[in-house]
Amino acid sequence: MTDVAGLDIGSRSIEAVVVRGGEVVSMRRAPTTFDPLGQVRALFPDGPPARLAVTGYGRELALARYPHARTVTEIKAHAMGAARLFPEAATLLDIGGQDTKAVSLLPGGKVGRFEMNDRCAAGTGKFLEYTATAFGLTVDAFAALALAGNDPPPISSMCTVFAETEATTLMARGVAQADIALGLHKAIVSRTVAMLSRVGLRAPLVFVGGVAKNPCAVRLVAEAVGFAPLVPAQPDMTGALGAALWLAQTPA
Amino acid sequence: MTDAAHAAMWERLDLDIEAHDALLAVLGKFYGDIYLSQQGRLKGAEYLDFVLSEVHGLRIKEIQDAKAAGKKVVGTFCVFVPEELTLAAGALQVGLCAGAKAGTEKAETLVPRGTCDLIKSFVGFKLARLCPYTESCDLVVGETTCDGKKKAYEAFGAHVNMHVMEVPQCKGPCDVDLFRAELARYKDALEALTGNAVTAASLAEATRRVNAKRRALQRLAKLRAADPAPISGRDALLVNQISFYDDPDRFTAKVNELCDEMEARIARGEGVASKGTPRLLLAGCPMAVPNWKLPYLIESSGAVIVGEESCIGERNTRDLTDETPADLEAMLDALAARYMKIDCACFTPNDERLTHIAAMARELKADGVVHYGLLFCQPYAHEAMKVGKAMEAAGLPYLAIETDYGMEDAGQLKTRVEAFVETLS
Repeated sequence: MTDVAGLDIGSRSIEAVVVRGGEVVSMRRAPTTFDPLGQVRALFPDGPPARLAVTGYGRELALARYPHARTVTEIKAHAMGAARLFPEAATLLDIGGQDTKAVSLLPGGKVGRFEMNDRCAAGTGKFLEYTATAFGLTVDAFAALALAGNDPPPISSMCTVFAETEATTLMARGVAQADIALGLHKAIVSRTVAMLSRVGLRAPLVFVGGVAKNPCAVRLVAEAVGFAPLVPAQPDMTGALGAALWLAQTPA
Repeated sequence: MTDAAHAAMWERLDLDIEAHDALLAVLGKFYGDIYLSQQGRLKGAEYLDFVLSEVHGLRIKEIQDAKAAGKKVVGTFCVFVPEELTLAAGALQVGLCAGAKAGTEKAETLVPRGTCDLIKSFVGFKLARLCPYTESCDLVVGETTCDGKKKAYEAFGAHVNMHVMEVPQCKGPCDVDLFRAELARYKDALEALTGNAVTAASLAEATRRVNAKRRALQRLAKLRAADPAPISGRDALLVNQISFYDDPDRFTAKVNELCDEMEARIARGEGVASKGTPRLLLAGCPMAVPNWKLPYLIESSGAVIVGEESCIGERNTRDLTDETPADLEAMLDALAARYMKIDCACFTPNDERLTHIAAMARELKADGVVHYGLLFCQPYAHEAMKVGKAMEAAGLPYLAIETDYGMEDAGQLKTRVEAFVETLS
């Protein structure tokens, strides 16, 4: 049986999933850096399988290097991946490095309505990374700090730069760091909930993308929608998995 | 025309030569990437390539020659300005540059930052001295189609000879009367400008010429119902864009030739994309030259555009002016009736637009509708939501895009458009 690889070249990280006969045989991950194609070569030292599907921001870039590859959008790839992991999934939320997507799923992982943030990285993983850095913390430590908060101030700015200014002002006013951290997490979650409602949120909701690894974000999504989202063990692999599954079922 | 002759003409028009050269270089590159890279174009597209390559050259020369022969030039931004009257007064009518980012910083000294790119563009082109059309105008006619334009014309009027027509916001009998009075006022302004009287004979002849242009564009629009699509959406948009500034009679003849070629191509079962390619109707705000961003993104995402429900498209060509009245007053009534049918988002209510979009999608066999809203254009932003509901009711897949003349959102837009196209196949 031939291997089929799915590659998700995102703004922050690259994931590679190889499937054989419909079963996952490997999952790998590398940061994107400024040399994404170099990182792809590092993920596949012997070259990627002949059957290669690429999704994510770098999909066109990869096509120039691997002309035999096929491309698929992140939206479709995530939908297919989510449907494989949770066949009952009705709605999908993906918060990645610079994009947030809400997708209403039709049977078989087909895409119904979808929403995506417009242009800047407001309300995405990058927002949390940036604000964590402003706190001098890793993203994991920042999430842990936020989980300790209990009285989050409202953060009105969705701009990554202005949110930091707002956080600094709140600190100067003596608001607890944990509460500010929680407020910043809430800011992005409330924005994604608005996107979910525009596509017609239905349970079960699958939450994927790098930010789904953040326990505070998962808790806040659950609180905002009123039920716990389904989160895969490796939520950032969903796009690469979906791309591989899509190609595997596409005639060569 | 030689490069030196071009340069001398632009000098006489007092353009900022260096910035204008840079603008033309960008336009040329953009045109090459978006237009010349297309496969299977019509032979008649050579006309489009030529007109566009000489958009600031030969056409401006013709306009300058007409001016030297005593003709007046009227610049417009909107399909509510009746070309019939302009031509009847013996003047030339041209659409002014409003489709690219130009002189933005200067424009923001006259209009607020939160103004749409179309308005900022025409103000910027003027203040930065980059548009030879604007510089050739003896009169610029504005219209009160939105608050942004209405207020921008107040400031713009300090820089050009300005006439503003009031376009009503409703379509009751008193509104038609108001627009009818505005037509008479525009006629008087033209007569004062040109020294020519608008007569029943001159208006009848002008109406015939403008209707002929509309008929040619209607013919082209209808042929796009064929599968495979006989012309790309980009080329069809360009035809509509050129309709605003090329000589109307030459344009009509060229479009009819293009249609002949399209008919032959359809008879052979050929097209620009393979049969079964997802077909999209583009609806919403006008796309002035060189605003080709969204059509390009759509047609490089595996779909073909089969219609433009836009002022630079169907809204400009759908209705003909009644040619039967014989006296001038009845002709002006006919003009008022024709122009008040336009389904611009500036009207309330504007439900006929929803019916029109659904009908166009059906007639052109569109698989889905993409709505283009220009950022900060409030009337169309509201209607984007209404159109969405109407398309849902009609069972038509729908994608609403809001964007501007910048390129920084191209990656995200491409993903959204591609994902939408994926759902159609």
